[in-house]
Amino acid sequence: MSLLRVLDISATGMSAQSVRMNTTASNLANANSVSSSSEETYRARHPVFSAELNRATNTINNNVGVNVESIIESEAELNKEYLPDHPKADKNGFIYHSNVNVMEEMANMISASRSYQTNVQIADAAKQMLNRTLQMGKN
Amino acid sequence: MAINFEKAFGIHQYSVGVRARRGEVLSSNIVNGDTPGYKAKDIDFKTELNNAMSSGSKHGNLNMTDSRHQFAQSQLSTDESSMFRTGNQPDVGDGNTVDSEVERNLFMKNSLEYQASLNFLNSKISNLRKAIKGQ
Repeated sequence: MSLLRVLDISATGMSAQSVRMNTTASNLANANSVSSSSEETYRARHPVFSAELNRATNTINNNVGVNVESIIESEAELNKEYLPDHPKADKNGFIYHSNVNVMEEMANMISASRSYQTNVQIADAAKQMLNRTLQMGKN
Repeated sequence: MAINFEKAFGIHQYSVGVRARRGEVLSSNIVNGDTPGYKAKDIDFKTELNNAMSSGSKHGNLNMTDSRHQFAQSQLSTDESSMFRTGNQPDVGDGNTVDSEVERNLFMKNSLEYQASLNFLNSKISNLRKAIKGQ
């Protein structure tokens, strides 16, 4: 039944997009975090998507869902600020801001929520098609 | 004359199967819209339908030892016939060729066509039922 497979595929998309939403929320929440060393500072996190590997048992189709391969931390430069009065300042008087780019995160959030909606619509359409098929010949 | 389901349903019994498979391919494209390096795929409806029809009439690899045995398996053809789509944008930077809007509209169109095929099948069934009941 390929239509049931459509439901599986869109489910993988929904969970991948919600992971993306999750990292965005975490990034935005920590956008203003500061710390006293560059190692401890929060770095922006982004999920990496990859096409799901074909299941060995399923030779009939090569249509695949998506999965989250890993979550990487951004390598962007941290913002150092000279604030000797800050309680978190290091011995040279610097504090470190996280490297979250708020604009980028907002755009990411919109993109993730639209993709999620698309997947919901696909699942809904597949459900409708299945329902009609089940009703076939009844009237 | 005996009622022949094969003849009564005509092409529509195969086209629903092919439409369902195409729906799967398109949904896979949409889901991977953000996957780096993913190439959008589609199937050639005509070859796919021909494959489905020929394998349907070939009775697969089942042995029929009695003339009253019926072949009841819809075997859809495999991956060789799915092809990659030619994008209308050279590169988006990460090697992904999925155009979400195009795929979404194709999926919608495909599901309407699926339902059209179902409607045809439905009316064939109600015709048969009328013939059986004689009303």
